[in-house]
Amino acid sequence: MTRNILQKVFAILASIFLTFSLAHAEPAKVGFIYVGPVGDFGWTYEHDQGRLAVEEAFGDKVETSYVENVPEGADAERVLTQMALAGNDLIFTTSFGYMDPTINVAAKFPDVKFEHATGYKRADNVSIYSARFYEGRAVIGHIAGKMTKTNQIGYIASFPIPEVIRGINSAYIHAKKVNPDVEFKIVWVFTWFDPAKEADAAQTLIEQGVDVIMQHTDSTAPMTIAEEKGIFAFGQASDMMEFGPTARLSSIIDNWAPYYVARTQALLDGTWESVDVWDGISTGMVEIGEFSDRIPEDVRAEAQAMADAISDGSYHPFTGPINRQDGSAWLGDGEIADDGTLLGMNFYVEGLSGSIPN
Amino acid sequence: MDFAAINPLIFFSTMVAASIPVLLAALGELVVEKSGVLNLGVEGMMIIGAVCGFIAIYHTGSPLFGVLASIIAGGLLALIFGILTQVLHSNQVATGLALTLFGLGLSALLGQPYAGIKPPTFPKPDFGLLGDLPVLGQLFFKYDYLVYVAFILVVGVSYFLNRTRGGLILRSIGENHDAAHALGYHVVRVRLAAIMFGGGCAGLGGGYLAMIRVPQWTEGMTAGVGWIALALVVFASWRPYRVILGAFLFGGVTLLQLNLQAVGIKVNPAYLSMAPYLITIVALVVISGSSNRLSTQAPGSLGRLFHKTM
Repeated sequence: MTRNILQKVFAILASIFLTFSLAHAEPAKVGFIYVGPVGDFGWTYEHDQGRLAVEEAFGDKVETSYVENVPEGADAERVLTQMALAGNDLIFTTSFGYMDPTINVAAKFPDVKFEHATGYKRADNVSIYSARFYEGRAVIGHIAGKMTKTNQIGYIASFPIPEVIRGINSAYIHAKKVNPDVEFKIVWVFTWFDPAKEADAAQTLIEQGVDVIMQHTDSTAPMTIAEEKGIFAFGQASDMMEFGPTARLSSIIDNWAPYYVARTQALLDGTWESVDVWDGISTGMVEIGEFSDRIPEDVRAEAQAMADAISDGSYHPFTGPINRQDGSAWLGDGEIADDGTLLGMNFYVEGLSGSIPN
Repeated sequence: MDFAAINPLIFFSTMVAASIPVLLAALGELVVEKSGVLNLGVEGMMIIGAVCGFIAIYHTGSPLFGVLASIIAGGLLALIFGILTQVLHSNQVATGLALTLFGLGLSALLGQPYAGIKPPTFPKPDFGLLGDLPVLGQLFFKYDYLVYVAFILVVGVSYFLNRTRGGLILRSIGENHDAAHALGYHVVRVRLAAIMFGGGCAGLGGGYLAMIRVPQWTEGMTAGVGWIALALVVFASWRPYRVILGAFLFGGVTLLQLNLQAVGIKVNPAYLSMAPYLITIVALVVISGSSNRLSTQAPGSLGRLFHKTM
């Protein structure tokens, strides 16, 4: 009898305790690691906007945190280990150079889920995601080809990795298509984020006669210089409108928010698994910023039409015939590049001068 | 696609402008080292100068206030170093390194709300007809005010060190602080003044970066210029005019590398990046082998602690 009562009391206590602890369940922890400062108004800024969208969407259910300005390499591994130890359930590593550190740390923490941006190494608990920035490059390449008066377009490139080379090729192909005389001057700065160096590179290119600048680096310094010198430029990763109100023609905007929200949802639902995502204009991961009034109406229409065609799949920016720089054939007439080649792209297309540094 | 595509006049004038931050920082550090103190915190003082100058010019809209804020901020940070090393006798190397780390962190904190804001434009002097002269105009009359200030400062420092009594006292303290003290000179006071001057120069160099060259505030924007300034002082063998040469060399190499790429000449950027440091080593070797040693060597008391004895 007494034993029975005791059992019942115990059961009730246990159930109360359970409900109590469930109601106060620990929020899921989502961490982000950034290569630049959140205030770069370029690459890192947009990732942080994605993080804020996650907070907005899930409120108390999710707790986010970030570490900014983490150099690629050994430091990243240390920071990632720290983040995993701090109890993060899902960690987004948002730069190409975090690839090996992510894989290494993921092997040590099989219960923590990782998402690495723009890389190519996967594991059971490491997803990879990237955006087809080259789709945006095709559109702005078209605009640049139409807008240049000197037929010289400057390109500030960061590191000679496939993603950057792909962007150069895509922009060049589409600029050349509308302006056969166009020439690209490419400067490699070997940094993602160094405003002074990016500014110097922009300055140098302008002195060399370019009147349109594209960049594949993260700071707004080239845009600022373009505005000061009265030439054209495009926002990179973020809109950058306020840094070049007259210089900015359009922009390629990375919109990570929907992806981050979807992945966090999957984490909460327990449906998270390792995926390989490469989305473009069609899903909104790549957005084309508003066209400036300084672009003639017909060019705006053409650019919009191209963006639409890429979005609905009727046009692929890498459609043959395209030759490699050395003149050898790459894509035949009407042939479309496969993702494998694009992901490992390490050659310039025909017409580009100079060579890719190694 | 050849060398001819690089316009030497434009290259020169861009190089001059690009070398100003490192020139100012190195000039300040030169005076500090001449007084016998080694301050490794140049990078920290530069970035504090950059952020404070930016904040001041943004809020007041006045370039003058921006410049003053840069100088004062750099000077104050240097004063911390001065008090720690001169009054409290802490180790100069460790304190200097700490100053750099502190400056980087503090500037990131102060600058947080200012990232990505555009500052008011910094005016350029108008030389009227002089600026329109065919070659000379491009070479000499196309810069902003701080470029001229920097060069006047070089002349001033050189004059002060070599031609005035104050400069003689400063140098004597740097060569042998015990002897200078025995002669009745105020070692600590003179050194504190030199340290603050160095901080002001470094701050101004940082301010130039944030207010004119980029112009924008971004975290960590000095990106190692302060360390180059330290190497530059050695390269210049502690002589003000050689600092100009060194600054052109250090600033010019980066620009040359970008220019070569833009005109399509293939040189591995790594070679050009290490060139200034290689030249510094060569300069050191030449200095140590030269017969005129006394005038070109490091100050005798450089980096040594001074304990006042009666």
